[in-house]
Amino acid sequence: MERLRPGAPDELARLLAWAAAEGQPLELCAGASKRGFGHAVAARYLVDLGALAGIVEYQPAELLLVAGAATPLAEIETRLAQSGQHLAFEPPDPGPLFGHPPGRATLGGTLAANLSGPRRLRAGAGRDNALGMTLVSGRGEIVRTGGRVVKNVSGYDLVKLVCGSWGTLAVATEIAMKVLPAPERTATALVLGLSPTAAGRAMNAALSSPHEPTAAAHLPPAAARSALASERAVTALRLEGPPAGVAARLDGLAALLADHGPVETLPEADSLALWRQLRDVAPLPGQTATLWRLAVAPAAGGAALEALQAQGGDGFLDWGGALLWCGAAATLATAKAMRALASAHGGLATLVQAPAALKRQVPVFHPQPPLRAALERRVAAGFDPAGILNPGRMTGPGRMTGPDA
Amino acid sequence: MPIAMPRPDAAVLAGRDRFLAGLAAIVPPERLIADEAGLKVYDCDALTAYRALPLAVVLPETVAEVSRILRLALEQRVKVVPRGAGTGLSGGALPLADGLLMGLARLNRILEIDYANRCVTVQPGVANLAVSQAVAAAGFAYAPDPSSQIACSIGGNVAENSGGVHCLKYGVTANNLLGLELVLMNGDVLRLGGKHLDNDGYDLMGVVTGSEGLLGVVTEATLKIQPRPAAVQALLLGFASLAQAGECVAAIVAEGIVPAGLEMMDKACVAATEAYCQAGYPLDAEALLICELDGPAAEVAELAERVEAIARRCSATTLRRAGSEEERQRFWLGRKSAFPAVGRLSPDYYCIDGTIPRRRLAEVLTRMGRLAEKRGLGVVNVFHAGDGNLHPLILFDAAREGDLARAEALAADILTLCVQVGGVLSGEHGIGVEKRDLMGTMFSEEDLKQQQRLKCAFDPDGLLNPGKVFPVLHRCAELGRMHIHGGKLPFPDLPRF
Repeated sequence: MERLRPGAPDELARLLAWAAAEGQPLELCAGASKRGFGHAVAARYLVDLGALAGIVEYQPAELLLVAGAATPLAEIETRLAQSGQHLAFEPPDPGPLFGHPPGRATLGGTLAANLSGPRRLRAGAGRDNALGMTLVSGRGEIVRTGGRVVKNVSGYDLVKLVCGSWGTLAVATEIAMKVLPAPERTATALVLGLSPTAAGRAMNAALSSPHEPTAAAHLPPAAARSALASERAVTALRLEGPPAGVAARLDGLAALLADHGPVETLPEADSLALWRQLRDVAPLPGQTATLWRLAVAPAAGGAALEALQAQGGDGFLDWGGALLWCGAAATLATAKAMRALASAHGGLATLVQAPAALKRQVPVFHPQPPLRAALERRVAAGFDPAGILNPGRMTGPGRMTGPDA
Repeated sequence: MPIAMPRPDAAVLAGRDRFLAGLAAIVPPERLIADEAGLKVYDCDALTAYRALPLAVVLPETVAEVSRILRLALEQRVKVVPRGAGTGLSGGALPLADGLLMGLARLNRILEIDYANRCVTVQPGVANLAVSQAVAAAGFAYAPDPSSQIACSIGGNVAENSGGVHCLKYGVTANNLLGLELVLMNGDVLRLGGKHLDNDGYDLMGVVTGSEGLLGVVTEATLKIQPRPAAVQALLLGFASLAQAGECVAAIVAEGIVPAGLEMMDKACVAATEAYCQAGYPLDAEALLICELDGPAAEVAELAERVEAIARRCSATTLRRAGSEEERQRFWLGRKSAFPAVGRLSPDYYCIDGTIPRRRLAEVLTRMGRLAEKRGLGVVNVFHAGDGNLHPLILFDAAREGDLARAEALAADILTLCVQVGGVLSGEHGIGVEKRDLMGTMFSEEDLKQQQRLKCAFDPDGLLNPGKVFPVLHRCAELGRMHIHGGKLPFPDLPRF
């Protein structure tokens, strides 16, 4: 595979125009931390976007950061922290899940995968925090979309479409992000010993209260042992804000949760460490051959986890029950069971990590109903008519239609 | 009417009777309007300067009817303009002479309130405020709160990605949507999202939000609801200059405080609202800020003190903290009455909508004043300062020869200024027909063509709400063509490894 490294957006545009004219498929990557996520791309050329990096503009009072798409998240986070700000959607560092060292994830890659961490339930996903982009389409044309302000209804919001498109519509070269003040204090309330469904009820009570938890997770004993050296299941609720606010929220929440089980609180440093681990899916140590991510209706998360446990599997819940991470065997039967489990609980299942052999049989992304799949193909054709951008990355070798795997 | 709309299709006008017969087979006569007096009711939305009579009006009550109507319209090549409550301010629901106006107000049921999943599923004709009211007793609210919230519909909110006073902290419509049911122009019914977060596949729900009724007709929406905050506090801050008020806004944000709302009014607006409703605003201030904070009582008290300290540093001339809920409501009374108050000041006013970087507030207001002077018109300013979303109200008298044209010209001047300083044409009202011809100030021809290619994926015949948003309409076949420069391109000279 030949590696090409455009030095600037106009070079990238020339490259894509050439590839479109030739019908030459390209694989795109920057930090490559998620190259193992999604289907393999059959391409002769690997386009290394690494040169499109660097913070272009940072205005703390404007809550705005503009950076090259290949800028490492770590660089952005360090810079923001100097002004007491952060990317509120808490982007994960998924490299280690795929056997890479930490710190490789880039802004563009994170948005291409639309990844977000535990604060997703309050701060939105990556796509909710991206304001504008400069793109190069699969036609080799430079296109701008969105803006540099938070309120904007000026033409279609192509930013949202590009987020989560895995580089199959267009390549972002520069991205404007909304940034927010980082919380001054963090605390976590833990409820011990709950079953997944009881934890679901506790998390719903907390999230329905005015105490505004910014994250809510449930770890059954195995995950709790790995993350917190706890022998009992742990249901964790994070509170953030100015010191007086966090103390008041913690008191209120502890009183509310006392009905659900014994409550403990984590000191700040342990609290930060816990949510970092959950963000990066670290409490699934030596997870079995595959890693699945199930997005379900929040109230169904506990039942989904119990159903999984009844089948001999295990995992943990984040996003107040709306996200179930689990390891599973690398078999077609398990994959079918995962898809069925997600569908039964009002959501979808994504095969985050798996051996290549399994990914040849199982679509990584939850199959779409035919009408929707057809619309998505028409949308893609409008951006990348020659199909040169990461072809097959989302759909795999097979077709993506059909109700289930 | 100065705005150019697509030329009516003579074949469609000639085939009106056949089309009406087709519609009559789908809906009962009382939900099909074809007489002139009945059509007149629908001749404009809240941008009343532009009016047109539609070919017919149809009021479906079910998604199946919506689907059948769209399919019929596609078969007979009839354009369709969807309409919610008609409160839009950019002419997005302006009828077309050869187009069917589809009113969605009859799809007005709240389908499900699901507290366990903290969401509500509604039909598009449900009013924005009705959602919050339906869940208020259980301590919840739906966050987006546009000022027309009593009347404006959820379907319209999705079409315009509506915001409101509280979106600084709680986000706009797009950030509070979980699922949509969408009917395409060919009658296909799609479900996007659900009660879960984030989807595999392209974020079609995200791009449909704010698409101004050009991509599909929303027939159902699942909305996130939030618990109401434990405490709410408001501060009233007056300043001797716009620059100081702007500085105060920047300083609040830079100090890490995200208020639930941060609104600004200029001196003219304060004077107008005081004359109208006597909220007790200081008449000497050049700029007035309302800063609302919410959260646990202890946190709100702490933040209120910090905001007061910032305001003092920025030389505030008025600094009041609401001592009671009644006083807090009074702080808001003037702000919420700003539009009717200005309505008493001038025979007509034109409310525009643009967003600018917060730091350019004072500069933009000063330059705006000069632009208004040049056009010989007055401007009153009321806006969402926290997110830089301006709503200048241009005062004019439609009865006076040339005044409307001058007001429109001034609106274009102001919106162009917004784009020049790094902002955008619309923060929450949408482009519609109003700002359509200004899209070129913000986007290149290539940018706009790429947006229209998205439209082609949803509506290849361009029948859904054409003439809105895009100044130049291209045929999809033309947009799909690739221009290869004289055969093959050379392989670009790039570093290889």
